[in-house]
Amino acid sequence: MSSEDYEVIIGLEVHAELSTKTKIFCSCPTTFGAEPNTQVCPVCMAMPGTLPVLNEKVVEYAVKAGLATNCEISRNSKNDRKNYFYPDTPRAYQISQYDKPLCEHGFIEIETSNGKKKIRITRIHIEDDAGKLNHDELGGGSLVDLNRAGVPLIEIVSEPDLRDAEEVEQYLRKLKSILEYIEVSDCKMQEGSYRADVNVSVRKKGDEKLGTRTEMKNMNSFRSITRAIEYEINRQIDVIEDGGKVEQETLRWDDVSGKTFSMRDKEDAQDYRYFPDPDLVAIKLSDEYIENIKNNLPELPESRKQRYLEQYNLSEKDANIITSSKYLSDLFEKAIEVCHNPKAVNNWIISDISRILNETEMDPIEIPFDAHQLGNLVILIDKGTISSSIGKKVLVELFENPREPEEIIKEKGWIQISEEGAIKEVVLKVLEANPQSITDYKNGKDRALGFLVGQAMKETKGKANPQMLNKMFLEELAK
Amino acid sequence: MDITELTVHELQEKLKNKELTIKEITKAYIDKIDEKEKDIQAFVTILSKEAEKEAEELQDKIEKGEIEGDFAGIPIGIKDNICTKGIKTTCSSKMLENFISPYNATVMEKINSENMINLGKLNMDEFAMGGSTEYSYFKKTKNPWNLNKVPGGSSGGSAAAVAANMVPWALGSDTGGSIRQPASFCGVVGLKPTYGLVSRYGLVAFASSLDQIGPITKDVRDSAMLLNIITGHDPKDTTSSDKEKIDYTKCLEKDIKGLKIGVPKEFFGEGINEEVKESLQKAIKVYKELGAEVEEFSLDIAKYALATYYIIACAEASSNLGRFDGIRYGYRPKEYKDLKELYKKSRSEGFGPEVKRRIILGTYVLSSGYYDAYYKKAQQVRTLVMSEFNKGFEKYDVILTPTSPTVAFDIGSKTNNPLEMYLADICTVSVNIAGLPGISIPCGVDKQGMPIGMQLIGNKFREETILNVAYKYEQSTKFREKYRPEFKL
Repeated sequence: MSSEDYEVIIGLEVHAELSTKTKIFCSCPTTFGAEPNTQVCPVCMAMPGTLPVLNEKVVEYAVKAGLATNCEISRNSKNDRKNYFYPDTPRAYQISQYDKPLCEHGFIEIETSNGKKKIRITRIHIEDDAGKLNHDELGGGSLVDLNRAGVPLIEIVSEPDLRDAEEVEQYLRKLKSILEYIEVSDCKMQEGSYRADVNVSVRKKGDEKLGTRTEMKNMNSFRSITRAIEYEINRQIDVIEDGGKVEQETLRWDDVSGKTFSMRDKEDAQDYRYFPDPDLVAIKLSDEYIENIKNNLPELPESRKQRYLEQYNLSEKDANIITSSKYLSDLFEKAIEVCHNPKAVNNWIISDISRILNETEMDPIEIPFDAHQLGNLVILIDKGTISSSIGKKVLVELFENPREPEEIIKEKGWIQISEEGAIKEVVLKVLEANPQSITDYKNGKDRALGFLVGQAMKETKGKANPQMLNKMFLEELAK
Repeated sequence: MDITELTVHELQEKLKNKELTIKEITKAYIDKIDEKEKDIQAFVTILSKEAEKEAEELQDKIEKGEIEGDFAGIPIGIKDNICTKGIKTTCSSKMLENFISPYNATVMEKINSENMINLGKLNMDEFAMGGSTEYSYFKKTKNPWNLNKVPGGSSGGSAAAVAANMVPWALGSDTGGSIRQPASFCGVVGLKPTYGLVSRYGLVAFASSLDQIGPITKDVRDSAMLLNIITGHDPKDTTSSDKEKIDYTKCLEKDIKGLKIGVPKEFFGEGINEEVKESLQKAIKVYKELGAEVEEFSLDIAKYALATYYIIACAEASSNLGRFDGIRYGYRPKEYKDLKELYKKSRSEGFGPEVKRRIILGTYVLSSGYYDAYYKKAQQVRTLVMSEFNKGFEKYDVILTPTSPTVAFDIGSKTNNPLEMYLADICTVSVNIAGLPGISIPCGVDKQGMPIGMQLIGNKFREETILNVAYKYEQSTKFREKYRPEFKL
């Protein structure tokens, strides 16, 4: 049998850190990257006698996420304790939600190569993040940093509707963009504020019973997730083809070797002993409360996309790319406000900006320049102050050391040569140096004109106005 | 005059009339602690020096008119599971032998803002698990009425210190009877408030859905006064009630004519000591004479309360005590080869046998496959217990029972029989299960001269009523004038 004979089933548990100012059960700040153990208090360090107080913003954000993913919102919900020992979990239990999550039975729609597909969401619940263990470089052993302990999370569990790595990536991107749009999470994957546990199983086509699944925890880059899933699918099929059985286990994906490894010994099957947290009262939500959040939800990607198709005549593909990220989409709209040239802004985002993001594996939120600077870049090109090829160089500068494009071109001496005398000088010089091209052109080889313009560009280090060059070459060649 | 014989309201009177100074009062208690502690062993931490200094400063401020207040300079003792900033909070456990809390419990903030003087931290059963204070890691507190007897528990240090006049009053905590039962054993007044009336923030949790802090005092008026200080909504404890504060001393003297007292017959059956029963019958007679209507009724569900209690309390404890893992604070062994061994050694060496017993029991009842049969079932029974009590309070203002089936027992007589020890909670646990207020007041002594306690249970947030009913009995029988601890050996 070959891999064609197998069906792959993937379910995801996505963890997104909510961007509330304070932690879920105390008033410590949630700022990322602070000195270890500076964003802590007796409550999030689980000192004896302390009690959690639920941050109402967390509930609000989770309800927003539920509504934006078509979930039903529970009027009656509660917090449960998930008990386990680990040094990053100071209470020795995580406060999560077990049988009464805030949101249930939702779905989102993704675009796949085979068209639109609905991915069902089982549930969304709230819980607290754990701290971090840092390996001590000096003394051996581990150091505990509890800054992250108590940062609010939502866990979004999908039904096993995903069938391959491509669908998983589309789903993760779509979900991420929704969370960004409703402004409940900044979804910075590199900082771990958007990460996924991936459950993979395979079964022979036609089998009714699900195959044994393996889980890969805390994956936080699209590339690793895609690679890990593909590896894991093949591994499982190989195991079965070799007559073996897939073990239910937690795996660790290793990016360097491109393989998965078993993480825990199997005898350690965890019993989390969930029970309702007696320190917290039930979460009761009124219809008005939910209605109010619903009415104040920001515009979601789907509706922005529709608007772009109508308002700016964007192609479906371009609109998809731009609305895939709130940050790109905001950049797009704000840059248009500055330069009033949607087509140009669209082109910049679709081509050069997207390419740089891909090459550098940068998340749109990390784009260092602002919409104003991008808008001004477009204006400079539109006014003819710089050529679009200089524009590309300016964009690279914007990524490396963002400042006003005017400043960049002044500093670099990139202002376009649009003065007729100067252009003529260059044109004549280039013609003199390339008599063969003149002959070619006159013999009907139009390509020769391009060559000559290219030479002139080279001569001026790209600063000559290309339209003027073209025009002047034509004039001279016609003589 | 022995200053330490006085109740707090008597001390207030004498302070007001300038018959006594804060310094004199504090000195008297420090001397008393010096004298009695070697016999009673009530304290884990004694704060004599600090208290003396504080008294001096307070007196100075009062004389200068910088502070005033009814409770400024009144000493108090604190059970050692209530967090006190800068002072050890050990829970009488090796686990927290050297633990100093970085913050104050909400009740301590209230006590401190009244400028009261903390005389020290009082002994208890380890992590409040036990009914005799014999499970303290540090020492066995003795009953002031007879040093061979236990003071009860888990707030045994608090009750014994009040009974022996080493503190004028004290704070205890009650999860299944831990204030009322030692109050009963030591012949003092112990009140467990309605769940949610007093903030639990800073009380080292044993069983979160049952724990309450409450006063242990010499008489009922003091109980009402200390309750006044410690109640109030606390935003740090979401289970604390946001009911408006009331003055519990106001209703003490209200006539109880026509008041309805229910006496559940199940609390007078098998296992209840005959002398205890007789003493309570006499108390019932007193109430009838005071014009109350007393009626027997059935509270059948109560027989399931003990099992329910031990399942819920242990389940919650098994989770609450997880944080004592040797990582951030508390006991940690000198040597361990890996994380697992660090956990194992910290917890098996840091906890005592009763704590371990309950953690294991609680872990078991929450385990997958057993949860439904135990924990879930216990929660269902809990709901039934609540509704049975509710029915009772449709008919009665107060429910009257013994506090404990027996008087204080001999030290060492039950430590090897945990089940028998658990049975001593039979009269008190249902009150915690139902979240109700209950008060224990002395109602007589047995032939050996050991005090007997009567428990009055009220409807939710009806502390006023039980204090009123308790006060009326106290005034007509004058227990404190008739009986004193004799320190028999």
